[in-house]
Amino acid sequence: MTDSRAIAEGLFTWPSEEPHLIGSRCDACGLVVFPTAEFCVKCSQQQLSDIELGQRGTLWTFTTQQFRPPSPPYVGDESFEPFGLGYVAIDGQCMVETRLTEANPEKLRIGQEMELRIVPVRTDDAGRAVVTFAFAPVD
Amino acid sequence: MKAAIVGVGLHPFGRYDGKSALQMGGDAIRLALADAGCQWSDVQAAYAGSFEATNADAVVSQIGLTGLPVRVIFNGCATGNALLASAAEAIEHGEHDVVVAVGMDKHPRGAFSADPEASGHPDWYGEAGLFLTTHYFGMKINRYMHEFGISHQTLARVAAKNLRIGEMNPKAWRRKALSEEEILASPILNYPLRQYMFCGPDEGAAAVVLARPQLAHKFAQPPVYVRAAELRTRRVGAFELMCTSLPLDRVDGPTQEASRAAFEKAGIGPEDVNVIQLQDTDAGSEIIHMAENGFCADGDQEKLVAAGDTEIGGRLPINTDGGLIANGEPMAASGLRQVYELIHQLRGTAGNRQVPGNPTVGYAHLYGAPGAAGCAILSR
Repeated sequence: MTDSRAIAEGLFTWPSEEPHLIGSRCDACGLVVFPTAEFCVKCSQQQLSDIELGQRGTLWTFTTQQFRPPSPPYVGDESFEPFGLGYVAIDGQCMVETRLTEANPEKLRIGQEMELRIVPVRTDDAGRAVVTFAFAPVD
Repeated sequence: MKAAIVGVGLHPFGRYDGKSALQMGGDAIRLALADAGCQWSDVQAAYAGSFEATNADAVVSQIGLTGLPVRVIFNGCATGNALLASAAEAIEHGEHDVVVAVGMDKHPRGAFSADPEASGHPDWYGEAGLFLTTHYFGMKINRYMHEFGISHQTLARVAAKNLRIGEMNPKAWRRKALSEEEILASPILNYPLRQYMFCGPDEGAAAVVLARPQLAHKFAQPPVYVRAAELRTRRVGAFELMCTSLPLDRVDGPTQEASRAAFEKAGIGPEDVNVIQLQDTDAGSEIIHMAENGFCADGDQEKLVAAGDTEIGGRLPINTDGGLIANGEPMAASGLRQVYELIHQLRGTAGNRQVPGNPTVGYAHLYGAPGAAGCAILSR
């Protein structure tokens, strides 16, 4: 994971021992969004500040992705493994739409505590892992 | 003054190799004109919609180059509502006497896919496998089931109902009834939604002829009036398609807002509606949309569906032509297919699918990406 690159710049702190998602807080109305934004969808102001989002939250809802999303735009490896998806509510900030490390619905529960992970989505031409964010159930 | 619908035409939804969306649109217009008993040369303006046809106004090349104004409108899955509203308003404002609305599409097989950037999303969102519509519906119904006690069996009952009605509808795409057990045994695509609980993208077209009410007697069919056609987009805090983040507190979505606006404009309430078409992208959507459109309280669907209240002979007949689950979804045509079905129900010409009791008020609801809903109310 050390020799890896993020799927996009500015999405999460990377490389990092303690990665955080990076969002924006509106200086005028306080709305928190992810990823960073140049204007606020609530009050339309253009003054926002970058903030690091909390690494833990609770699972608000979830589903599973059982079939390979169409490519393009999906860049995952051909050997598709189903993944979980959900919204994780981060206390005092916002809910984030995210992949989940767990794809078995029997092991997911609305309201359970979740924690940020950085996971590989594919291997690039140079053999490096391309990584994205996901949340994992906290045991 | 309300616009009168005097003709409807449907190019059945399905798969038509070698036939373009524009050709199907032309056929739908011809069918609607024949139904109305008028000519294309009588039509003073048209509103056309399509996702796949580059210029939906090119539909005139399939019916006749009369020089009329054709305005193109596209609102994703809610396009049919926007076409109907624009055509009706052109008549209500006195701009034209006879107007056509036509929607047509031809989608490839499989889940909708597109360039995320063109839809206002960053590239990583698509690269990571998040730029899809289907998982939203899984997440929405999963949360709804958790909050309001809806069962997996109820999801299967709704899909079975729409497929059973599809079997009765010669114009439907999916014409094979499936048991609840077969539906619950089909593969999960996005938990808790299974293969046979989803609609599929397909091909087809639908058209409507509208006229000034004072002229309605000159047409072949009894008029049905557009009482309301309202469209809304999402507010901050509504749980909608393709939201990379959401505030911690929820607000009502565009369906609730469009529905309330439509009932207010029509001056009636949900209890006055006799026949209902709801956006059933999946079985869960039909269940949620029953409450979001004001036809029941959250959670009541569990017993209403089990009691058969949403069947053709029930108290709340929903998706009386099999809905999207049986007809598939050519995006821009889907909403006018609902209008086609409502018109036949209100004329009493729906055949073996006719809602009993001489229905007078019909309701049509659409919902889709990126969080837009349209609600229309029609009555005799």
